[in-house]
Amino acid sequence: MSDPADIGLWGVPLAMLGGAIRVSTPFLFVSLGECLTERSGRMNLGLEGTLIFGAMAGYAAAYHSGSAWFGVLAAGFAGMWFGLFHGWVCRFKGVNDIAMGIALMLLGMGLAFFFGKPYIQPVAPDLPAISLGWWSDIPQVEAALRVNVLFIIGAVLALAMAWMFRATRIGLKVRVVGDSTAAARAIGFNPDLVRLWSTAAGGALAGVGGAYLSLYYPGSWNEGISSGQGLMAIALVIFARWNPINCFWAALLFGGAGALGPALQSVGVSSGYYLFFAAPYILTLILLIATSSPDRALKGAPSELSITK
Amino acid sequence: MTDTTTASFAPRHAYLALWLPRIEAVVIPLAALISGLLVFSLFLLALGKSPVEFYSLIYKAGFSSGFSWKNTLSRVAPLLFAALCVALPARLGLVVIGGEGAIVLGGLAAGITGAMLIGAPAGIAMLMMVLMSALVGALWIGGVGWMRVKRGVNETIASLLMAYIGIALLNHFVEGPFRDPASLNKPSTAQLPDALRVGDMPIGIEVHWGFGAGVVACILCWFILDKTTIGFAARITGQNIRAAQVQALPVGRLIIGFTAAGGALAALAGFFEVSAIHGAANGSLIAGYGYTGILISFLARHNPLAIIPVAILLAGFEASSGLIQRRMDLPDATILVLQGIVFVILLLSETLYGRLAIFRPSYWRV
Repeated sequence: MSDPADIGLWGVPLAMLGGAIRVSTPFLFVSLGECLTERSGRMNLGLEGTLIFGAMAGYAAAYHSGSAWFGVLAAGFAGMWFGLFHGWVCRFKGVNDIAMGIALMLLGMGLAFFFGKPYIQPVAPDLPAISLGWWSDIPQVEAALRVNVLFIIGAVLALAMAWMFRATRIGLKVRVVGDSTAAARAIGFNPDLVRLWSTAAGGALAGVGGAYLSLYYPGSWNEGISSGQGLMAIALVIFARWNPINCFWAALLFGGAGALGPALQSVGVSSGYYLFFAAPYILTLILLIATSSPDRALKGAPSELSITK
Repeated sequence: MTDTTTASFAPRHAYLALWLPRIEAVVIPLAALISGLLVFSLFLLALGKSPVEFYSLIYKAGFSSGFSWKNTLSRVAPLLFAALCVALPARLGLVVIGGEGAIVLGGLAAGITGAMLIGAPAGIAMLMMVLMSALVGALWIGGVGWMRVKRGVNETIASLLMAYIGIALLNHFVEGPFRDPASLNKPSTAQLPDALRVGDMPIGIEVHWGFGAGVVACILCWFILDKTTIGFAARITGQNIRAAQVQALPVGRLIIGFTAAGGALAALAGFFEVSAIHGAANGSLIAGYGYTGILISFLARHNPLAIIPVAILLAGFEASSGLIQRRMDLPDATILVLQGIVFVILLLSETLYGRLAIFRPSYWRV
């Protein structure tokens, strides 16, 4: 890459756009996974732990196999097991899905740190990126438009999931189960089974999101790799009103907020770095306050979801 | 059934109906804890490590001698306060898991207040440190309750988000405006003079006053929850919020009050960490006590009295972490895995309540 051209403060929005695309991918995968799980009427807060475990598992698998894509598969597979476990145990009477999510979040993090210790030093292969900025000769534009394949897959997945909910039998099943367990039973659907697989698929997607973290951006495995991104993605589903397409736009918005700190740093603003670093958390909180409602059920919310009851 | 048999049976039945649920509430979590330790043993066996060695190291480092008890008890204080921050809102049916944020900011407030009042009379300065710390914690977690009441924001997600914001604020202040220029390796607020350091309790074992304060706080919380009308109102709200509203209980004020109280207590954990252990506010405050506190409160079934022994047990686990790492060549996350497994099995055991015939009074009728 050539020397950065002098484009002054324009660098901030440009770096934020590039950053938004780079940073948003894990948000996108986790929020799509959580969207599917919540549409079936369960909430899995454990996706933060699944994301971190996926990051570790993906990195380790890519390191040993030499293939980044094998790492992505392994991360998705590991995430699926976390989802299957949550989906299975939450069918028992008295087991609270939110509390179990917290427990699995802590367990996922613990296991990831436990098994991840030997992988902090070694270097695993990276996921490839596609350059969509070939038309520009400004290096910052080119850098901003280097897009990872997983981002594109995530975008397609958002469209596919929206179509699935609207037009397919599986989508209908998930929606019915999420809106009324009794109605689902009455027409012969098995709510526990639908929730089991919705949670498993959600876990798999979160695992893939984790692989993106460790295999592309930031592109290495360490214990501070997520710091709440999975959790923000879960909050983002509420803001996106359980709609996969909205999840995509919300993930981009969050990615932009997450890129604010590094973008300002890149143009030399370094004071208050930690406060800019907190921008995504603050944005999430503000959006939650703005879009929640104290006295009526949220529009678009699956009515079996415990947080909306 | 004749009148005489009913009369002779009734007291026994009332006695069973009173005590069986209490025994159930002790036996099931205890069985879950033991099952969790057993499952963790399988995990160790699968890795080719000895569970016997593991648990004997925990006993040795955490509970075997005066030195190990000191090691354990000095870690109990923050865990007691952190667990109370979960237990108080839990009475109202709220799952607040962001106590870590209040701990960190409480410590920061204590550190800054102490640094600004160096030279003032020690008693007043110390009092101000406690008050500022508790105030910041109360506002922080009380804010979570306020968002819940006014806007219906999910308290679990909001509190955890705020924990991340709290940690960012701590980093900002200790590396920016309130950094002591003398703290080179580890950015900190100014070192507190000895007069502003909390000392050890005169009980023959080196444990700072935070332990005593934590135990007193647990007993006080138990008293308020179990013996006062406020606690009664809170319990009704937790069991059925609609019923509480129908009874015209001040549900909103209860939620804000209980979350604020929990936050103030968690902040005291930060105060004691700064004043008794570190001597200044810095990154050491981010030690994960808030997360261990969640597990403790759930294991204690959100009962403040039960929090005391559970916190001592888990403090012993954490105290032995270093020895386990060195002797068994296991990573420091081992204790996290153990806690995670115990937590998962504990929540699974919730499904047993009311299902086991042995805990029904009818089982004991002859």
